[in-house]
Amino acid sequence: MMEKMIFGRYIPGDSFVHRLDPRSKLVFVFAFIIIVFLANNTITYGLLLAFTLFIILLSRIRLYFLINGLKPVLILLVFTFLIHIIFTREGNIVFELGFFKIYEEGVRQGIYISIRFVVLVFVTSVLTLTTSPISITDGIEVLLNPLKKVKLPVHELALMMSIALRFIPTLMDETDKIMKAQMARGSDLSAGPLKDRIKAVVPLLVPLFVSAFKRAEDLATAMEVRGYRGGEGRTRYRKLKWDWRDSISLVVLIALAALLIYLRT
Amino acid sequence: MSEILSFNNVSFSYTPEVKDARKAVQNVSFTINEGEWISIVGHNGSGKSTMVKIISGLLFPQEGEVHVMKNVLTEENLWETRTQIGMVFQNPDNQFVGATVQDDVAFALENNGVPHEEMVKRVHTSLKQVNMDSFLNHEPHHLSGGQKQRVAIAGALAMRPKILILDEATAMLDPQGRAEVLNTVQELREETRLTVLSITHDVEEALLADRILFMNDGKKYAEGSPQEVFSLGDKLVEFGLELPFAMRMTKLLKANGVSLIGEHMTEEELVNDLWTSNFNK
Amino acid sequence: MDIKLQQVSYAYSMGTPFEKRALFDVDLEIPSKTYQAIIGHTGSGKSTILQHFNGLLKPSKGEVHIGERVIVAGKKAKELKPIRQKVGIVFQFPEHQLFEETVLKDIMFGPMNFGVSPEEAEQRARDLVGLVGLPNSVLEKSPFDLSGGQMRRVAIAGVLALQPEVIVLDEPTAGLDPRGQREIMDMFYQLHKEQGLTTILVTHSMEDAARYADNLAIMHEGRCVLTGAPRDIFADAKTLESYRLELPRIIKFQHKVEKLMDKKLSKICLTEEELALEISHSVKRESDEQ
Repeated sequence: MMEKMIFGRYIPGDSFVHRLDPRSKLVFVFAFIIIVFLANNTITYGLLLAFTLFIILLSRIRLYFLINGLKPVLILLVFTFLIHIIFTREGNIVFELGFFKIYEEGVRQGIYISIRFVVLVFVTSVLTLTTSPISITDGIEVLLNPLKKVKLPVHELALMMSIALRFIPTLMDETDKIMKAQMARGSDLSAGPLKDRIKAVVPLLVPLFVSAFKRAEDLATAMEVRGYRGGEGRTRYRKLKWDWRDSISLVVLIALAALLIYLRT
Repeated sequence: MSEILSFNNVSFSYTPEVKDARKAVQNVSFTINEGEWISIVGHNGSGKSTMVKIISGLLFPQEGEVHVMKNVLTEENLWETRTQIGMVFQNPDNQFVGATVQDDVAFALENNGVPHEEMVKRVHTSLKQVNMDSFLNHEPHHLSGGQKQRVAIAGALAMRPKILILDEATAMLDPQGRAEVLNTVQELREETRLTVLSITHDVEEALLADRILFMNDGKKYAEGSPQEVFSLGDKLVEFGLELPFAMRMTKLLKANGVSLIGEHMTEEELVNDLWTSNFNK
Repeated sequence: MDIKLQQVSYAYSMGTPFEKRALFDVDLEIPSKTYQAIIGHTGSGKSTILQHFNGLLKPSKGEVHIGERVIVAGKKAKELKPIRQKVGIVFQFPEHQLFEETVLKDIMFGPMNFGVSPEEAEQRARDLVGLVGLPNSVLEKSPFDLSGGQMRRVAIAGVLALQPEVIVLDEPTAGLDPRGQREIMDMFYQLHKEQGLTTILVTHSMEDAARYADNLAIMHEGRCVLTGAPRDIFADAKTLESYRLELPRIIKFQHKVEKLMDKKLSKICLTEEELALEISHSVKRESDEQ
């Protein structure tokens, strides 16, 4: 089951992008999401697209993974593209069939919006594909640290997230096993009317919950015995390291923003 | 020989409010000295796991005292005491906290505020001790059961504990994994004279110990060297355990009229006896 | 019911970059009413192979024959349910599949999925509790109130309630104490003998394989590398070693004894009882000669 999930998966590697600090990557992606909205003409969109391709090249991620990441949002993409084509009525008519007309501006807007979409999905995918979930958690924890002042349990949230991530594969395997065991007992999860299918989920969910609780209990015991009592007085094994790569990438991003502002109309 | 851990007339019931309720642990006393390997054996439900929970301070006995390093274990010194006890539990998956091998080994160190450089050093040395130092960045679901348990041992060692407790740590492993874990423990003992307490229902594992506590129905039924305890013979079988292989063979051979002198714990002893009693006349 | 695997290959996540092959051209024939053991290390492909026996997995290449049914790679297999009724699988740690409010209902779950009437299913459940070594009083209890060993027995009863012709056991005694292990293995052996249940034991225990099985199949890195009767396979320790497998303890002990006596016993002994008897014969012969 695990194998089918490609979106959100981490592909280990040693590229420039892989080696960036998760903090700079997170800041980069968030800033990039905003910067994307600066583009408003052919040059600026072209620039965004080129820049994104450059990042992909730097990350040495195979296009296969990125295209796959695009699949879930493909319908949304096509839909917004069509909306723009149909409802924008400016510029010259490029195509006419009865009273259905497509305008030049509509096509342009449709393409712009699609580029915006693709660029956003690609850049966020590059983040998740090149950064291990645990590093992302680390990055978030450190970036959110100032919020401890307003009593946000940053450490606990981060630990929760990392444990959840750690147990996803285990629970996936477990689900698969229980499903197979019930199928072997004649339970049918994939056929019949909806009512039957919902009923067939019970033999899957009950054991899964029982086992998840058992695991949680065991884990809590193990953590307690190993001296865990909250974030206070704890030291961190993982040290994030900010180096020249991170500074450069943020400078490049600022330059990109400046260029976009200069070139936009 | 200094004392590491002892039980002094310890009793525990999960339902203390019910009078005459069966106690999970009944009036148990024993002492573990530095450098010993003690094994607690008994079938499932004999009170073994409750004893482990009492040692680790997850449960407190209603009667009697637990001493760790000669101090009575109390709510006050609980956290301090836990730094001296390393534990490995049964299910390899449910005790792996970290996202990778090195994170998991560091977990107890982080909890106890060990400085970063010291932490890195200890993570590496403990992983080397269990021969898992080439797996630093592996994620738990890419490890075998035996490897996960070795990581758990490293995680315990990192705190430099006075005693390592294995709570049925090999029960869920395949033979290969079991051998891996037991070899690791034996090597550790040779190098460091680490005190070990292993809770098990595997008699071959119990044979490795210096001394065995045999639990039945919450009570300590017998205590002694493997020879002494296994000489109880059929009593053990009656209580849900089996005899070591060499002893079973000895019994069967005698039943078939082969003359042998004595009971044997190891195959070598048995083979030698077989030779001297039957062929070398 | 015969089960036959012909050139079966299987790959997880076919057609993605994560494709992982788990089985390579496996040929295996399990005649009706035999006791087959499949031995291999974790990751040798044993768990993948066992899911082919009732169509939980379909081969990526090759054919699986289950009685009259044939599951061919690449073709859609419809209506696998009848097969699943005839081939019951007891997965590793089967107690993880329990979910009903009472033990009775949980045992009845399987048969009722296959259209057995509630009365009949209940009767089967009542008959089976004793067989798996539980008192009748557990029937009305919640399975989650039972001990681990009892839960295991309930789960086994839940599979036996299907009244399968073939039973597949995946490490059925993992995690039990020695008595529990022996009782469960003996129970399955008795069922095999008395009811002619074709039994497929997937295990890494050489001892169990030696003690119970008529035929062995050795799995190594996704291939079925060796098949045959236990005595034939155990006669060749070298080959086993090349697959990182050891001889059963009993046979290693026999070798020690033979070395000491400087002669071979008349056969390779598969159980402790057998070996004790052989040694005693040999000792008697020795003293008669003198």
